[in-house]
Amino acid sequence: MSVPHVLLALLSEGPKYGLQLREEFEAGTGEVWPLNVGQVYKTLGRLERDGLAESDGTGQDGPQKRYRITRRGEEALAAWLRTPPDLTSPPRDELVMKVLVAARVPDADAHEVIQAHRLYLLELMQQWTRLKEGEARDDLSLALVVDAEIFRLDAVIRWLDAADVRLARAAAAPPRPSPAAAPVPQLRRLGARR
Amino acid sequence: MSRPGGGGESESAVSALELRGVSKTYGQGPGAVRALAGVDLSVRAGEMVAVMGPSGSGKSTLLTIAGSLEDPTSGEVLVCGMALAGMPRGRRARLRRRVIGYVFQDFNLLPGLTAAENAALPLELDGVPVPKARAAGLAALESLGVAGRAGWFPDQLSGGERQRVAIARAVVGDRRLLLADEPSGALDSVNAGEVMRLLHEACQRGVAAVVVTHDAQLAAWADRIVLLRDGRLTGTTTRPPGPESLLMPGETR
Repeated sequence: MSVPHVLLALLSEGPKYGLQLREEFEAGTGEVWPLNVGQVYKTLGRLERDGLAESDGTGQDGPQKRYRITRRGEEALAAWLRTPPDLTSPPRDELVMKVLVAARVPDADAHEVIQAHRLYLLELMQQWTRLKEGEARDDLSLALVVDAEIFRLDAVIRWLDAADVRLARAAAAPPRPSPAAAPVPQLRRLGARR
Repeated sequence: MSRPGGGGESESAVSALELRGVSKTYGQGPGAVRALAGVDLSVRAGEMVAVMGPSGSGKSTLLTIAGSLEDPTSGEVLVCGMALAGMPRGRRARLRRRVIGYVFQDFNLLPGLTAAENAALPLELDGVPVPKARAAGLAALESLGVAGRAGWFPDQLSGGERQRVAIARAVVGDRRLLLADEPSGALDSVNAGEVMRLLHEACQRGVAAVVVTHDAQLAAWADRIVLLRDGRLTGTTTRPPGPESLLMPGETR
């Protein structure tokens, strides 16, 4: 989870209060990921416990407390920035599951299922694009977040297009003998890791 | 020339483009290819519609028919309320030059003309006096933020600037309908998005646009996306709620 490290990043600019951290977290991520204040204090408590941040030490948790990053916190932040997120095993994606199921269930029209999802994703993409056209023009953080979301949705739509073509071809082609058993357990194992 | 969409009806009541049951078949007999099959599409003034579909789905045919460059095998095409069928050749050519603007993937600017001359070209070809045409060309360049390049030649411009000039040429004068076929095909993704932003801004000034693209990111700039497959419209987005719905401060999604 990235919240502790984003807070460390904000603290690396100088000592800050909890409420201030919450505001800056939201502004710095284009206000796309809201953060409640309880979560901020809980995270700060954990950072302090782990020696990554320290407070003014007035005892009571709450708005009076000001936090600063420690040397170890700076090291942890630098290490986190360079550690790639775990993308090794495919996430168990709900949409992929729906299309797999649609392809198997005799009564489901996979093409229709794909089309419905495609339209929904396009509408979502239109909304993000409106943000890009408006607010994100003057807000670099928001522009980066919006781009990331648009590229992600674009990838999903492309996958749907490819799945559509693949299913249409499979339906048109004569059934082939079932493939060797090896790839199937391989896929199952990947999925089971999550 | 009477104003497009004139003749008593209020402008908002008349679609900038209306396709009614449009079909197009190339060739005859068993070798015939049906490019479009019963397409109904209405585009209002100020609206930007993106047409998406796999290659061979009929996207480009739809555009050439909308631009009166080809006739449908059956069905009706109306531009600003005027039916193209039976319209005399001359009037139709005039409609193409005055009312419809085209944006192409490869810009199609004339290398021997400056940006201003390129932008003014459709009006000059239509017989508008040169000073008046040039003034309109400059105004179009201005609206696209490239007035400062008026005296430059295409090979002195960046790709993004060239496409801005091409859009200026497409909107110059009093165009009502923009037709664009993969208008940002040659540009990188940031500049491609910029082209779509400019087309959308042109629509906000009142022109209607039909943009053909296979790229969902670009289509998402449109007010409405229609999906074409095997010559049929198979789906359309409904007007999406505003972007506010994406951002709900205080709530974890």
